[in-house]
Amino acid sequence: MPIQYYLFLSLALFCIGIMGTLMRRNAIIVFMCIELMLNAVNLLMVAFSKMYNDASAQIFVFFIMVVAAAEVAVGLAVIVMMYRKVHSVDINILNRLKH
Amino acid sequence: MSTYEILFWFLTVMALSCALGVILSRNPVNSVLFLIATFFAISGHYVLMNAQFLAIVNIIVYAGAIMVLFLFVIMLMNLNADTEPQKNRLVQFAGVISGGALFLVVLAALRTSSVNVLEQSPTDIGLIKNLGKTLFTQFVLPFEISSVLFLSAMIGAVVIGKKEEAVSEIKN
Amino acid sequence: MTNLVWLVPLFPLIGFLINGIGWRKMPKGAGGVIGSLAILASFAVSLGIFFEVKSSGTSTVVHLFDFIQSGKLYIPFAFQVDALSSLFLLIINGIGFLIHVYSTSYMHDDEGMVKYFAYLNLFVFSMLLLVLGANYLIMFIGWEGVGLCSYLLIGFWFKNRDYTNAAKKAFVMNRIGDLGFLVGMLLILFNYGTLSYNEFFGQLNGGTVQLSPNMYNWIAICLFIGAMGKSAQIPLYTWLPDAMAGPTPVSALIHAATMVTAGIYMIARSNALYSLAPMALNLVAVIGLATAILAASIAIRQYDIKKVLAYSTVSQLGFMFLALGVGAYTTAVFHVMTHAFFKALMFLGSGSVIHAMGGEQDIRSMGGLGKKMKITSITFLIGCLAIAGIPGFSGFFSKDEILAATYAHSPIMYYLALGAALMTAFYMFRLYFLTFTGSFRGTHDQEHHLHESPAAMTIPLIVLAIMSVIGGYVGLPAVISEHHTFNTYLASVVTNFGHHHLEHSTEWMLMGLSTGLVIIMIIVAYNATKKPNFKPNTGLAKVLENKWYVDELYDTIIVRPLLALSSAFDRFVEKMGIDGVVNGVGKTVRWGSDRVRLLQTGQVGFYIFIMVIGMTLLFTISFFWVQ
Repeated sequence: MPIQYYLFLSLALFCIGIMGTLMRRNAIIVFMCIELMLNAVNLLMVAFSKMYNDASAQIFVFFIMVVAAAEVAVGLAVIVMMYRKVHSVDINILNRLKH
Repeated sequence: MSTYEILFWFLTVMALSCALGVILSRNPVNSVLFLIATFFAISGHYVLMNAQFLAIVNIIVYAGAIMVLFLFVIMLMNLNADTEPQKNRLVQFAGVISGGALFLVVLAALRTSSVNVLEQSPTDIGLIKNLGKTLFTQFVLPFEISSVLFLSAMIGAVVIGKKEEAVSEIKN
Repeated sequence: MTNLVWLVPLFPLIGFLINGIGWRKMPKGAGGVIGSLAILASFAVSLGIFFEVKSSGTSTVVHLFDFIQSGKLYIPFAFQVDALSSLFLLIINGIGFLIHVYSTSYMHDDEGMVKYFAYLNLFVFSMLLLVLGANYLIMFIGWEGVGLCSYLLIGFWFKNRDYTNAAKKAFVMNRIGDLGFLVGMLLILFNYGTLSYNEFFGQLNGGTVQLSPNMYNWIAICLFIGAMGKSAQIPLYTWLPDAMAGPTPVSALIHAATMVTAGIYMIARSNALYSLAPMALNLVAVIGLATAILAASIAIRQYDIKKVLAYSTVSQLGFMFLALGVGAYTTAVFHVMTHAFFKALMFLGSGSVIHAMGGEQDIRSMGGLGKKMKITSITFLIGCLAIAGIPGFSGFFSKDEILAATYAHSPIMYYLALGAALMTAFYMFRLYFLTFTGSFRGTHDQEHHLHESPAAMTIPLIVLAIMSVIGGYVGLPAVISEHHTFNTYLASVVTNFGHHHLEHSTEWMLMGLSTGLVIIMIIVAYNATKKPNFKPNTGLAKVLENKWYVDELYDTIIVRPLLALSSAFDRFVEKMGIDGVVNGVGKTVRWGSDRVRLLQTGQVGFYIFIMVIGMTLLFTISFFWVQ
């Protein structure tokens, strides 16, 4: 397969992820779309690693997964705490950044 | 079409449609399930490219751990389709437009690039032995530091997630 | 000694610095002593320089340092020591010293006494610079300096609004004249490339640069405008009577003996130029004569003792300019000297009277002071005799020379000048009789307070009185002696213009005529003041009392329109225009920031949206625009 196919596939997944973060108001769904974006990048990296026959790209994917896992842990803790405060996961309620 | 191509297209369609399902479904539990399916499709792509280690790790870590965590949280909050807040139409529209615009721009930029064709013969770099070698020789420092990262994430999660009274005690 | 001429202005400068810096801490007496000693030291050096110049008869330029050097323009800081400047040095330092001594007693109740002496020293320093300068720029520096000190000293009692207004008036009118002076200087510089006297006058006589005759006139007239302001001639004279708001010794020093004579010094110094500008000379003579007559007429009906003396000064200055205008430069300088003696004497005498009257200055409340204040009364009488022109006193010789020169120039002007001289005699003796003779018209308390002034005040009076008598003998007229000491002394610097050779018989006749008429005027004055009757004035007397309403005229024509213009500027240009623009910028920024603030919604989704847009734009730019 020419690399362009993987390129466009990854791009499409990434843009779908972006649309998701912009369209949804549920904080958890937004988070999941972010994970989707990360995975799109992973896919692209692996494709390039195959193209250039270089292993470091796959190692990088490995680290991306590491970071994603840590991020999910902390992020979900934050969401849970937020739910405890306002009993909702609507991101429109979180507008303290305005000040 | 060779088997490879058929598999490729099948996995592509599955990935895209499940991704769309993630963002379009109203029930958050459905979104999680769609996302898991997407991960499976992507892992299939990894297998196609002979990145075996990553395929397995993707399933175990992402689909197995992270998504389960998401499901736990959703269950905890008892979210379902009726309580789902919806953004107003204008914002949704704007989101679609902007995402689409980005897609088109990058597409146009990469359209004329001349890149190689992927080798179809399987390569060895995705094998766990080779990956391991690279990981523990070239990238050993990030590897060790990632353990520190995990430690901090764990501590952070525990601290943030504690109950109200305990948190305010720590604050005082 | 000539090389040490820089010491002469240095002593007063040091006195100014010491008094000026330490005036809050120093005891009052110390300020007076320092100030007076500085002037005394200057006087000693001036005396040495005077004798040196008198015996050698040469002019020397003492170069101190290069002042301005820019391109082709070269102006050194140099002093010119010659007959004219050394004479003025003596006058300034001598009379200055006497007035300093007088002030130690007159001002000893005042809190700002040390500050006063600092100002006085600064004034003397500036005046010395003025007369010592070897080029017009140094003279101008001194010119401005004396204007400044005049302002500082007139408004010395600054808590009184009227006094500070008078100071402002003096300064502003001076400034108007200074503009003319500057234009004149620039014309000289432009045409001759130099401001130094020797070079400029040398070129005038040698004639390397030939200008149209009109240019000489223009330069001369411009310089004369400066003299108009400084020496209080029409139309810039109204500041001098108001300047009487300052302490009396200040009036004596600045507005009688020194500063107001700066204009005459300047024209005498530039006599080479004026001799080439007959039209300017005519203008000078006419204005001088008109001023003399106008001021004398006003003095006839003034009731403030200092105002009478002020108008008298203006009138006498008019005489001096008249002398300059008919080409008798040395005569004008002669009259400067004699006038300095008797006018300073009379001002100091009036100070003594005011001191005794506890601050009262209105002569309608005085009378019969001669009994209680013998020294003041006698010295004042000597001053009056001198100014009236009684033979034997200094004023006779100098005034008579002026009248003679005028007669040789134009008989009509002579008769007008004679009329002014007669008015001088009348108002001066009216003042004397009303103040010192007759019976006292003041309050009982004032009568008890009357006493002769202390020695520090009376001794200068006596010295000046002596000088008023003998000071004239250096300038004996041709009919009496062929040897005119004064003129020969100044001949190296000043060349009189025009030929004023009158027949000896004509001169005797003129002298006799003026003396006789003056004596008649004195008798008229005595009769007018025997039984004083101070009804409110009507008709011509009222006009005279109100100074011909000149001040009111200036106010309507000049002051009010300027004030209206300035307030119009304030409303339209300042408030609406400039403030509008400056505040408008602020308001626009505020308005803009209010709008931009709305971007901060605090919603994460919105932020991400903007991020995506930004990313898209960046991609577009980097892929499609950058080559």
